[in-house]
Amino acid sequence: MEEPILTARDLKFRYDPEQPVYALDGTSASVRRGEFVAVLGANGCGKSTLAKHFNAILLPEAGTVLVEGINTADEEKLYDIRQTVGMVFQNPDNQIVATVVEEDVAFALENLGVPNEEMRRRVDDAMKMAGIYQYRERAPHKLSGGQRQRVAIAGVVAMRPDCLILDEATAMLDPRGREQVMQTIHRLNETMGITVVSITHYMEEAAQADRVLVMSRGKVVMEGAPKEVFSRTEEVRSLHLDVPQAAELRDELVKAGIPMPEGIISTGECARALYELLK
Amino acid sequence: MLRDITIGQHFPGDSPVHRFDPRLKLVLTILYIVLLFAASNPLGLVLSILFLGVMYKVARIPLKMIGRSLKPILPIVLFTAVLNLFFVAGEGEPLVRFWILEIYPEGIRYAVLMSVRVMALIAGTSLLTYTTSPIVLTDAIEALLRPLGKLHFPVHELAMMMSIALRFIPTLIEETDKIMNAQKARGAMIDTGKLTDRVKALVPVLIPLFISAFRRADELAMAMECRCYRGGEGRTRLKVLRCTRQDYLSLAVCLVCFGAILASRLVFPNF
Repeated sequence: MEEPILTARDLKFRYDPEQPVYALDGTSASVRRGEFVAVLGANGCGKSTLAKHFNAILLPEAGTVLVEGINTADEEKLYDIRQTVGMVFQNPDNQIVATVVEEDVAFALENLGVPNEEMRRRVDDAMKMAGIYQYRERAPHKLSGGQRQRVAIAGVVAMRPDCLILDEATAMLDPRGREQVMQTIHRLNETMGITVVSITHYMEEAAQADRVLVMSRGKVVMEGAPKEVFSRTEEVRSLHLDVPQAAELRDELVKAGIPMPEGIISTGECARALYELLK
Repeated sequence: MLRDITIGQHFPGDSPVHRFDPRLKLVLTILYIVLLFAASNPLGLVLSILFLGVMYKVARIPLKMIGRSLKPILPIVLFTAVLNLFFVAGEGEPLVRFWILEIYPEGIRYAVLMSVRVMALIAGTSLLTYTTSPIVLTDAIEALLRPLGKLHFPVHELAMMMSIALRFIPTLIEETDKIMNAQKARGAMIDTGKLTDRVKALVPVLIPLFISAFRRADELAMAMECRCYRGGEGRTRLKVLRCTRQDYLSLAVCLVCFGAILASRLVFPNF
């Protein structure tokens, strides 16, 4: 089998070494190349902490993190790791460094010392990919939230990472901005083959992923295709999480004695199943 | 209310003045200030102002913008003018005398020259900020200070700080607005009351603002690390400042003009 791009083995981590509380308590997870993985979990379950381990912002107390086979504890490879795994955070305002869109997109490349001509090309490519090319000379604070977050994504994509980690990147956006950002990310995943790990609170977003990881108290407690995970409605609920509305509706209908098929998690599927039943 | 504040007003455009290399533009502005004081005779001043007027014309900045940039410093100009008017003593009889105040012809001459010079100075530096965006200006300052890097002066860090500050000014202004509204919604009296009350009312605005600024700084630092930031060493730039032949030509034209203005003082010392 192909080697996974990201591997975490028995991670233990706590923010305060004097407290007995571990943010990650024996977490193991792996992500295959080209996969779209959604990470779910209630607040404080350690999902952001896990994400920060994947590009060596945090180093584990015990256990290992491998990025394309490189141990993140290897300080000499630090910038290789950060170039391989790009990270986008929740608040676009706090990630944008420059006062002009294209200069911000170029920031990572400037840091890496990429020659000027190549930089220009990569910056333009990244901006087109994120659909913000037409705003390249604008000031970031004059853009909408969704556009700003796409600037942040373009800034990371310009590094040509193999993997993109989104730490609740859509949490502060309005529905339209969220839609734009998710479209951009899916496009990156499909056309450029970038592996995506998306931490999210939105079940509808998670339902579109290839695989879902559910975390609770510093451990991965559920794992599988969205259909499998969201079919276990009760279990998901017990972890203080919602299931997509369609799955919830299907569940209630089954309880009421209506024979709905299994594995319904999107609105479209639900509507089709209902249509079949009503015919 | 706070949204109207702009720092270093910039009018984007595509004139030769706008396109002129920012480093040279900065140096020329400094030279122009020196020139205003070196060529201090009326003829020199008139020529300097004429030169500035032509530059504004070339930059297609409306002349009424000069008025706007001069307005805030008008009190200072008046103050210096009045001081010069009364305190410069000349030879011979004073023109006017009442109570203990005396006005000599020299006083009037000095007052007029000094206020014109200060106004020309402000108008000249305003042209720089009108035609150069703050970010480009920061680049220019970084480039000009680069030789100091050899003396371990943190040039790159300084420039980075300046550009981050510029980037966050609008964000923090917006945030201040939000916090003020939030405090007002809880009954804070920010716009009313005595001056001392109003100053006190600012404390609950400033504290959350500072805390959030620190939090932002923390996140920004992390985002910068994620994008492989590691200081100025080995960094390349997307936009490299390059002097073209056109830049050197403009520089030569300006220097010749400056030289001519300076020469005018030596040739006609009495004007």
